[in-house]
Amino acid sequence: MTFNAAALLLLIAGLALIGWLAGRARSNLLAGRAGEKLHSRPQYHGWYVALWLFAPAALFLAVWSSVSPALITNQVLATEAAQSLPSFGFERGAILSDARSVAEGKQADVRLPAAAPLVKPYADASHKYAWIGIAAMLALALAGGLYAFTRIRPDFRARTRVEKIVMLVLLLASLVAILTTFGIVLSLLFESIRFFRLVSPTELLFGTEWAPTSGAPQPDTFGGIPLFWGTILIGAIIAMIVAIPIGMMTAVYLTQYAAPTVRKWVKPLLEILAGVPTVVYGYFAALTVAPALREFAVMLGIPNASTESALAAGIVMGVMIIPFVSSMADDSINAVPQAMRDGSLALGATPNETIRQVLIPAALPGVMGGILLAVSRAIGETMIVVMAAGLSANMTANPFASVTTVTAQIVKLLTGDQEFDSAKTLAAFALGLVLFIVTLLLNIVALRIVKKYREAYE
Amino acid sequence: MTQDDLTIADPKMKAEGVNVFYGEKQAINDVSIDVGTDLVTAFIGPSGCGKSTFLRSLNRMNDTVASAKVSGRITLDGEDIYAPSMDVVQLRARVGMVFQKPNPFPKSIYDNVGYGPRIHGLAPNKADLDVIVERALVRAGLWDEVKDRLAESGTALSGGQQQRLCIARAIAVDPEVILMDEPCSALDPIATAKIEELIHELRGKYAIVIVTHNMQQAARVSQRTAFFHLGTLVEYGKTTDIFTNPKQERTKDYITGRYG
Repeated sequence: MTFNAAALLLLIAGLALIGWLAGRARSNLLAGRAGEKLHSRPQYHGWYVALWLFAPAALFLAVWSSVSPALITNQVLATEAAQSLPSFGFERGAILSDARSVAEGKQADVRLPAAAPLVKPYADASHKYAWIGIAAMLALALAGGLYAFTRIRPDFRARTRVEKIVMLVLLLASLVAILTTFGIVLSLLFESIRFFRLVSPTELLFGTEWAPTSGAPQPDTFGGIPLFWGTILIGAIIAMIVAIPIGMMTAVYLTQYAAPTVRKWVKPLLEILAGVPTVVYGYFAALTVAPALREFAVMLGIPNASTESALAAGIVMGVMIIPFVSSMADDSINAVPQAMRDGSLALGATPNETIRQVLIPAALPGVMGGILLAVSRAIGETMIVVMAAGLSANMTANPFASVTTVTAQIVKLLTGDQEFDSAKTLAAFALGLVLFIVTLLLNIVALRIVKKYREAYE
Repeated sequence: MTQDDLTIADPKMKAEGVNVFYGEKQAINDVSIDVGTDLVTAFIGPSGCGKSTFLRSLNRMNDTVASAKVSGRITLDGEDIYAPSMDVVQLRARVGMVFQKPNPFPKSIYDNVGYGPRIHGLAPNKADLDVIVERALVRAGLWDEVKDRLAESGTALSGGQQQRLCIARAIAVDPEVILMDEPCSALDPIATAKIEELIHELRGKYAIVIVTHNMQQAARVSQRTAFFHLGTLVEYGKTTDIFTNPKQERTKDYITGRYG
């Protein structure tokens, strides 16, 4: 007898169905007997019973599946056979999991001889806890179902109760993303704290030398400034020089000049561009744009031109961001009331004058918000810079030189064989935390601007 | 009111057999009307009768609606405004417009009024522009209220002030005709009274055409009234005649409140 969560879930779902039918039948019966009108339609009584039957049991099931393995292991360790286990964690874990696999029938025989005496205790323990779990779950399901079932009366407000439960379920669903993000931040934070025990935060934030080593940290090897500079050069400067003008002009054309049929085709096309996987842009940057730029730089006589250049990555990233900027600018310009445009045209302004002097200034806060969101996207972008920008941490304003970014370094630090407690690996988490905080702040500011701007016209 | 007794010998604008279509739908059907130079002309009629549509064809604002088509002939000082040689931008500078809802630009009061003169190059330098802005605001009766805060945003003014700002903005480019599309419909009675007073003062300086739902307003401010119904011009004449002695049954029904 093992504890199979999926099968048990099906079992209580089946019970819930029975509960639904029973609740519905009972409400009809009671109403008929008392000659009263039901407050809620019969299926609401059915749902009420079914939910009371299903939800507590399912919740218990979720908790029990995560807790019971630990309980089983504890019991096994308490047996006599377990006293001879080696104390070294890794070996001990291997023996235990070997024994568990045999006990659960996943493999025919033990691979490690030391595991053999543990198979029986394991089987016993899991058998015992499976029964406890199933019994408790069924008891909960029946108790919930009976509680709900006995509450059914013609005037019972099952409809409002069900509504409340539905609201609760929806609330839980919306919390999933938020709680997950919260968990990610916490894990980032803990790993970063471990890093900051080895290297001081001031060094990471203000140091100018980036040369991470896996051994004991040497002074001045975890200076993040070159990475931050590279990130800003590519994501906030070069990419934006490309994306802002082109994105804005696209938006102006689409909102003000394009015939409805053109708009109908171009806008979805642009939105499709936004869905191209960034790795594809990465190929394009590394294989097409970067070599071309290098030749161009050599022709200009720039000495240290590299095939991995900030310019190549920045330009391609800018192209990638164009749909994003144009769509935000499009929304902002469209949000400017038609009356504003009419007012300007009625004064004898040309469409171009109207756009430059009335529409864009009026849409500017929204456009700015959009640009900030685009920047935050660009500095978090990874694939393009990994493939095209290079990995050498240079502090240079020369766009033809190779620079590296925070995201590219995180990838470099975490790929390959790494020990999980070396400063080099932990540095990736600290960089991730910095990146997360910066993009979070950018997003908050951007959304505030956009929101304030929306209010101005509502 | 000597002009009331005159027939319009030399109309500022003249419409002859004008039809306006929105796609397949005909919004204006064979309308002919003269707009007098020194007169206020009111367009009245129930909602959807086409009076705003017709007004917007007088400065070609209908051009901004892709599906709109205008046929017939509309002239300004004898010049066909739909002729290929007509510069729409110049036309709109000569035929200004005030809209139903006040629509100041999100700029300072000064820049709102200075916008038109700047784009038309009416003011070679700052001092000239100052003069134009002040004169327009004085004419619109707003100068005393805003002279100390010209740098404030035009959108911070009250609704009535905003509408007078829009009138000042239109006046600043020195138009010959001012079209007003229900200029008081979003305003309270006091602000409405001020606008009506302003229309009185502007009469004679500009040819004014006003679309209104409010028949008392038409009676108060205009010398000529045109009654539109279902896209046709039912009756056009002196305001006093229209309101005291309408010739058409439909006009009479409308002004006595039978429908609309």
